[in-house]
Amino acid sequence: MRPPFLRRLLMVVSTLLVVSGLVFLLLDLAPGDPMSQLPPSIPEDVRAEMRSALGLDQPAPERYARWLWQMLVVEPAIAADALLDTDLAAGAPRILSWQTRAPVMSLIAQRLPQTLVVVGLAYLLGTFGAIALSIGSAARRGRTLDRAGTGLAAMGHALPPFFTAAVLIYVFAIRLEWLPTTYDTTLAVTGWDSAAVQIRQMILPVAVLSLQTLAQTVRYSRAAMLDALAQDYILTARAKGLGARRVLLGHALRNSWVPVLTVAALGAPQVFAGAIVTEQIFGVNGIGQLLIQSLQAGDLPTVQTVTMLIAVLIVLANLGADVLIARIDPRTAHA
Amino acid sequence: MPVRPIAAALALCLSFTAPAADASETSGARGRDGQLRLYYWQAPSTLNPYLSGGVKDVEAASLIVEPLARLDPDGQMVPWLVQSIPTLENGGVAPDLRSITWRLKPGLTWSDGSPVTSADIRFTLEYCTAPGSGCAQQAKFRDVAAVDTPGPLTAVLRFDSPKPHPYGPFVGPQTPLLQAAQFAECIGPRAASCTAANFAPIGTGPFRAVQFRPGDAALFEMNPHYRVDDQPAFASVLLKGGGNANSAARTVLETGEFDYAWNLQLSPDVLAAMAASGKGRVVTAFSTLVERLAFNLREPAPTPSTLRQAAPLPHPAMSDPDVRRALAMALDRELMVEIGYGAAGRVTCNILPGPRIYASRENDGCAAQDIARAQAILQNAGWTDDNGDGVRERQGKQLRFVFQTSTNAVRQDFQLLAKEWWRQIGVQTELRNIDASVFFSSDASSPDTLQRFGAHIQMYAGASDGPDPEAYLSGWACKNIPDRDNGWQGQNVGAWCDPAYDRLLDKLAVTAGLEERAELARTLNDMLVQNHVVVPLVDRARISAHSAALEGVRMNAWDSELWNVAEWHRMAQ
Amino acid sequence: MRSARRPALGAMLLALILAAVLIGPAVWSAAPGAMDLGARNAAPDWAHPLGRDQLGRDFLARLLTGGRISLAVAAAAALMGTVIGAAVGAAAGMSRRLDAPLMWLTDIFLCVPLLPLLLIAATLFRAPLAAALGPQMGVFALVTVAIGASSWMGTARILRAEVRSVMQRDFIAAARLAGRRPAGMIAHHVLPNVAASLSVSASLAAASAILTESALSFLGLGFPPDLPTWGRLIFEGTPQLGQYPGRALWPGALITLSAVGIMALGDTLRDLAGPK
Repeated sequence: MRPPFLRRLLMVVSTLLVVSGLVFLLLDLAPGDPMSQLPPSIPEDVRAEMRSALGLDQPAPERYARWLWQMLVVEPAIAADALLDTDLAAGAPRILSWQTRAPVMSLIAQRLPQTLVVVGLAYLLGTFGAIALSIGSAARRGRTLDRAGTGLAAMGHALPPFFTAAVLIYVFAIRLEWLPTTYDTTLAVTGWDSAAVQIRQMILPVAVLSLQTLAQTVRYSRAAMLDALAQDYILTARAKGLGARRVLLGHALRNSWVPVLTVAALGAPQVFAGAIVTEQIFGVNGIGQLLIQSLQAGDLPTVQTVTMLIAVLIVLANLGADVLIARIDPRTAHA
Repeated sequence: MPVRPIAAALALCLSFTAPAADASETSGARGRDGQLRLYYWQAPSTLNPYLSGGVKDVEAASLIVEPLARLDPDGQMVPWLVQSIPTLENGGVAPDLRSITWRLKPGLTWSDGSPVTSADIRFTLEYCTAPGSGCAQQAKFRDVAAVDTPGPLTAVLRFDSPKPHPYGPFVGPQTPLLQAAQFAECIGPRAASCTAANFAPIGTGPFRAVQFRPGDAALFEMNPHYRVDDQPAFASVLLKGGGNANSAARTVLETGEFDYAWNLQLSPDVLAAMAASGKGRVVTAFSTLVERLAFNLREPAPTPSTLRQAAPLPHPAMSDPDVRRALAMALDRELMVEIGYGAAGRVTCNILPGPRIYASRENDGCAAQDIARAQAILQNAGWTDDNGDGVRERQGKQLRFVFQTSTNAVRQDFQLLAKEWWRQIGVQTELRNIDASVFFSSDASSPDTLQRFGAHIQMYAGASDGPDPEAYLSGWACKNIPDRDNGWQGQNVGAWCDPAYDRLLDKLAVTAGLEERAELARTLNDMLVQNHVVVPLVDRARISAHSAALEGVRMNAWDSELWNVAEWHRMAQ
Repeated sequence: MRSARRPALGAMLLALILAAVLIGPAVWSAAPGAMDLGARNAAPDWAHPLGRDQLGRDFLARLLTGGRISLAVAAAAALMGTVIGAAVGAAAGMSRRLDAPLMWLTDIFLCVPLLPLLLIAATLFRAPLAAALGPQMGVFALVTVAIGASSWMGTARILRAEVRSVMQRDFIAAARLAGRRPAGMIAHHVLPNVAASLSVSASLAAASAILTESALSFLGLGFPPDLPTWGRLIFEGTPQLGQYPGRALWPGALITLSAVGIMALGDTLRDLAGPK
C-alpha cells in the first residue's frame, strides 16, 4: 500500500501547487481593482497610496511567493502557537484581507458555524433523502412513489434556487408569516426559545438547499439502483429465494454504492462554495458568500486563500471517496 | 482575533449573548426600546472609516465615532462635538483664511469614560496623514500644515494656503475623531494590523461595538457614557448584512423582521407594491448625485492601437453644439425618472442640484421633451437625411453614435429609451454596456473605462463630495481632461475646454462669502449645462425604508443616514 | 407499457417547446424589442396574451426569443461537457498509462471551485470576446464555454469508474483473448455498458446548464439585461412575484418543463441502451 500512497500524495501536492499558481495568475490578470468600490470623490493619488499600503505595487511573483510562504509556514505556525502555546510564528505577518485588514483565517473561522450548520446539514439531508428515495422508487418502479420522487427530483433540478427561494419566501414568510426570511448569524442558542428561533430561521434555506442536493444525487442513485437490480447476481439472489427486501438492501444497494459515493464525495466540497446563491438570498453569510463578496471587492488574498482551502477539501473528498470505493467494490479493490 | 479557526468559531457561535433590554426601566430612560435592527445588505467590512472609505463602512462606523460637525438633511453644518461652527464672523476662521479654531464641548467623554481632548483631534490628523497608512481620507487633511492645541478643548488647524472653505477635516462622517490612546500604536504601516481597534473603535457616539463580523453582521450596545442622559432609546443595535436590496426591502416593508433597511435601489413598482402593505415607510433624501450623459467631443479611440496621434481630433458631429442640444431635447426625463427611479429620483436640469443655495434656476423647463424642435435644430444646422436611410448627415458625416454605460438594468432601460427617441430625430445609436467593475476602474490599460471614453456618449452618476461644490466643479477644468500623457486621469471625460470656465474657477478658489461662492457655482453649472457638455438626467436620492413603528428618522444624504440614531425610538403604544 | 408512454411524453414535451421557440418568433408577429411606452406593464389581452413589461414590450415575444438563447446555451454546453467528459473518462478507464495524468488533470479542474472560475473568466474574457464576436455572440460563447469547460469533470469521473468496473468483467477478458482492438472494444463492449450513465449524465448536464446560466444572471455575470434569456427573465421577475406573477412563473415553468423533457429523454435513451 505504501508506494501508491506516496505517489498519490505527491500528485495531490503537485495538483494543489498548480491550482494555487493558476488561481493567482487568473486573479492577477483579471481586470478590476480593490479600489473600484470607493466613492468617486476619493482622488486617484490617494487610491494609489492605498494600493501601495496593501502591497499591490509589488511585482506579482513576489506577492505569490509571499502568499505561499504565509499559507504554508506562517498560518500553520500560528495555529500551532494557539494549540501548543508556543511562539513559532514570532510575529510574522499573516495573510490579511484587503477589504477588512483582518487575518483571512479568522474571517473563515467566523463563517464556519453557519456554513456547517446550514449548508452542511442541507447536504446531509439531501444525500440521505436521495438514497432513501431511490431505494423506494427502485422497489416500486413506475408506481406513484417512483413517479412522485423522480418528479420532485426533476423539479429540484430544473428550478433555479433563487426562484424556489422566492416562491417559498412569498408563501411562508410574506403570505403566511410563519418563517423569517433572513438568517441571524449573531443568534446564540442559550435555551429552548433561542433554539426554536434558530430552527425556524434554518427551515427555508435548508429546504431550498437540500432539495437541490437531493435532485442532483437522486438521478445517479436511482440509475445506479436500477442498474444493480438488472445484474445477474440479483437474478441469482432472487433464484435463491431471498425476499425482495434482502435483495434490495443487501445486494442491490451494496452494489450501487460506487456511483452514489462518487457523486456524494464529489459534491461534498460544494458545501463551501456551491451555496452562494442561497446564502445570498437568506443572508446566511457562509464561506460561499465570503468568496463572492471578496471577488466583487477585488480582495485577492481572501479569494486566493478561500479558493485554496476549498481545493484542499476537494482533494481530500476525492481521496476519501477512492478509499471508500476500494473498500466497498470488490472489483476495484485490487485494480 | 481567534487563531484556532474551528474552536474559536464555535466558541463565538455558542458563547455570545445578545444584550437584552432591561424591562424594568421606565419610559424615557436610556435603552428603553430594546434592540434596533438595521439591514445593510452591503455589510460593512471594517468599523474604521479611515481604512476603507466605502459608504457602507462609514455609515456603520457612524454609530460609534463622530466628527466635530455633522451635516443636516439640507446640507447645513451642525455643531456636534463642538460648541459652534467656526466662521469669519465669530472669529473661528482667521481673517487671512489660513486657520480655523475648533472648541470642543466641555465634559465630553469617550465610551471608556476618559475625557475627549484637543490632543485627540491632533492625533486623528496624524493618524490619517502618516505615510504608509493607506488612509482613505487623506485628501481631506492634505492642506493642513499643523494643529496647535492651546488648551485641552481648543484645536487650531493651520493651512498651507488661504482656504475659503476650511471645513474639509472633521466635518461629515468620513473624518470622525479617533481616540489617541487606542490607536497610538497603529500609526503608518501598522494601521492594518490593529484589527481589534479597527473592529471596535472607542468613540463618542451613542453606541459601542460588541461583536463585529466583517461582511456579515455587527452588534452594538448603548454607550453608558453618552452625553445625553435619556439617549439612545435603544439598548442595542443589530446591523445585518448579506442578500440584496430586494431582500432588505422585504424584511422591513413586508415581513417586519427589521426596523430599517438601507439603500433600496429597486424598480419603482416593486418598491411601491412592497410599501403598500403599510408595515413600513420608504424615505428618501437628495444631495448632488446626478445621473448624466457625457458627450465625447473628441474622436473616440476604442483601441490602444488607434491612439498614435498625440492630440485626438475633435469629433465632427459631437463638437457641434446644435447636435448636443438636439440630443438632449429629444429625451423625456420625466418618463425616465418614472420608469427607472420613482421616488428615488427627480428630474434635474442642473449638474449641481443642491444644496438649495447652489441650485441654479436658469435651466428650468429643460425637462420637456420636444422631438419636433430637436428635428428642426438639426435641420437648420445642416444635418439632413439626403439618402432617406433615416439617418441625418452633413458633409458625408452621419449621425451614428456609440452609447455606452455600465451593466445595470435601469441604465439598459434608459439606453433603449434614448435609442428610440434619437431614432425619431434621425440619429442612429449603437448600445454597449460594460461591466461596472471595468467601467468604473482606474485601470489605465483597459480601453473600456469611463476615463478612456471609447464611445461618443456615456451615462454614469457623479456627485459632489460635501456641500461645497468647488472640487466637484473643478472636474471640468481644461487640466482635468484625461489623456495618454496624464495616464487617463481626470473627471473631464468629454474633453470640453473653455478658458472662461477656468478663469471663474480661479475666482471661486479665492472667494470666501457663502453668497458669492454660491453665485459663482451657479454660473459654472449653467455654463456646463447650457453648452450641453453634460446632460443631467436624474437627481438621484438615497432611498431607505423604516418600519412604521420607528420614529425620529430624519433621512440624510449629506451625512450618514444614521446621523441622529441617538434620537430614534419606538412609537409609544 | 407505462414506462414506454412516459418517455414518449417527455420527448413530445421537449419537441413542443423546441417548436415554440424555433418557429414561434416567426409566427408571433410582435417584435421582442418593440416598445410601447403608453402601455407599460399592461395586463394580458388578446393581442398580448402574457401582457407587456416595464417598457411596454410584448412579454410572449420576449419569452420565445429568450428560449432560443437558453436552449442553445444548454445544448451547446451539455454537448461540450459530455464529449470532453466521455473522452477523458473512457480513455482514463481503459488505459493504465493515461489514467494517472488524465485524472490529475481532472483533479486540477475539480479543485478550482466552479463559480469563482466562472466569475473570473466572465470578467476576464468578456471584453475581448465581445470585441471579437460581437456583444451577443461574445457572451454566448463565454457562457457556453465556461459552463461546458467547468462541467465535464463529473462525467469523466463517473465514466472512468464505470469503465474500469466494466473492464474488470469477464466478457472484456474474453474479448481481449479474442484479440479485439481497443476501438472495437469501446464500440462493442464498453459503450453499451456505460451508455446508461452517459445519457443520464448528458441530460443532467443540459438541464443544469440552463440553471447555471440563470445563476450567472442572478450574480450579474450572465447575459446582459438587453438579452432576455429565461434565466434573466426569472431573475427580473422574481421581485415582482406578488404583483406580476407571470413574469417569473412563465419562464420558470418553461425551464422546468424543458429540463423535465430533457431528463425524460435521457431516461428513454437509458432504457433503450439498458441491458434489459
